[in-house]
Amino acid sequence: MSDIAIHVEGLTKRFGPVAAVDGVDFTVPRGGITGLLGGNGAGKTTTISMLLGLLEPTGGRITMLGHDMATERHRVLPRINFSSPYVDLPHRLTVQENLTVYGHLYGLSGIRRRIDRIADALDLVRFLDRPSGALSAGQKTRVALAKALLNDPDLLLLDEPTASLDPDTADWIRTYLERWQRERGATILLASHNMPEVERMCSQVLMLRQGRIVDQGSPADLLARYGRETLEDVFLDIARDRRRAAVAAD
Amino acid sequence: MLALRRIYAVVLRHWFLLRKSWPRLFELIYWPTMQVVLWGFINQFMATNSSWVAQGAGVLIAAVLLWDILFRGQIGVSMGFLEEMWSRNLGNLFVSPLKPGEWVVALMVSSLIRTLIGVTPAALIAIPLFGYSLFSLGLPLIAFFLCLIVMGWSIGILIIGLILRHGMGAESLAWMSVFILAPVSAVYYPLSALPGWLQAIAWMLPSAHVFEGMRAVVFDATVRWDHLAWAAGLNALYLAAAIAAFMAFFRDARVRGALLQTGE
Repeated sequence: MSDIAIHVEGLTKRFGPVAAVDGVDFTVPRGGITGLLGGNGAGKTTTISMLLGLLEPTGGRITMLGHDMATERHRVLPRINFSSPYVDLPHRLTVQENLTVYGHLYGLSGIRRRIDRIADALDLVRFLDRPSGALSAGQKTRVALAKALLNDPDLLLLDEPTASLDPDTADWIRTYLERWQRERGATILLASHNMPEVERMCSQVLMLRQGRIVDQGSPADLLARYGRETLEDVFLDIARDRRRAAVAAD
Repeated sequence: MLALRRIYAVVLRHWFLLRKSWPRLFELIYWPTMQVVLWGFINQFMATNSSWVAQGAGVLIAAVLLWDILFRGQIGVSMGFLEEMWSRNLGNLFVSPLKPGEWVVALMVSSLIRTLIGVTPAALIAIPLFGYSLFSLGLPLIAFFLCLIVMGWSIGILIIGLILRHGMGAESLAWMSVFILAPVSAVYYPLSALPGWLQAIAWMLPSAHVFEGMRAVVFDATVRWDHLAWAAGLNALYLAAAIAAFMAFFRDARVRGALLQTGE
């Protein structure tokens, strides 16, 4: 089994004359949390959408869990999952019904048992019979996460998983994800523009700007390289193209 | 290869929605029943004032019920798709192992369930109210039902492809498209009532063959196998074309990123 969960070569997405993602190369190692960090419009969601096959790349090659996504996508999909604020679950179905439907879609056995277990872990037991649309933002995020973890994925892609959550709920989600990742040994690719979140959770960070990977490394490496105290300052250096200035100031 | 379990999952999703939503169930039953009541009285009146209707007991009631099968078949597929668009669930669905072909089959099965829920009470109510049973058409009724619902599916599949291509701005197609075919399908009158040039177009519609076939059963107690064969052949052609068009629109939606950004 390869030590690489995701391998991307020359990934490009053009919308007319605009290159949303422009010849990106990166690898995501198995068994850790990798952050895809960038500002609004940097290409994070576009990259994740291409990885998942929701968006067809203009060029490049994606290999996930050892399979070429252009030709073997349906061999990979049962082993991955994702959560994003840009998608939702049917509002009128209860949490239990939604999870049951997705349990069947992923071909799982013992769906009821899995739902009970995951609902217990994510503190959702009392919401199982409630319509998904009647939940608060924090509860909806936990339900989306329950859907994303239902198939015990080897690879989990999360697009801004704590966006629009209050600090307490966001911290709860991060703690849960960290524990789940450790216990499961799974790989997480986390797209975010929340710097403290990435600094806390990720062992490797890919810095994306205007559709290109402009830097990468561990949070500690990046802080050292830019001579900054926080990843937020590193991000601002990159976002405002102050890298040379920052390095020159050293 | 299509997986029954994933098809079942999508059907289950729509069944969960339907079984608890009395407005949806009411709406499904309301329109066919109202149509039958309205056309039942027209049929009764015409039976004493029109020799044509008098010769074919319940011909207008049979026509309205069969037309509703076509309409429900189409709207069932379209609504199944729109429900996913409205709930922003397409992204979740197509990140799961669900294949587009499985989804389309599931929408057809859901549409069949919706059609049976909607049309069966209307057909039953016509028996005590107007003394006419659609089931008196006998075995040909099964063939008429299949031909009409498959035609409805073809139109529905084409429409969801168009909505995927053009966004929710094209949503109104789901409600209006089938009605453009009503005059040419010769639902309530013989096809010979149409002008010659329109008859040539009508013969290209499976529905026109079904309604001519229905009238042959009602008026002459004859099963017109030629009409059924034409309807089945045309349906096979149109269903294949609709699925091919949908797959092309789906690929295009993946290129444009429309599976995540499903709005106007």
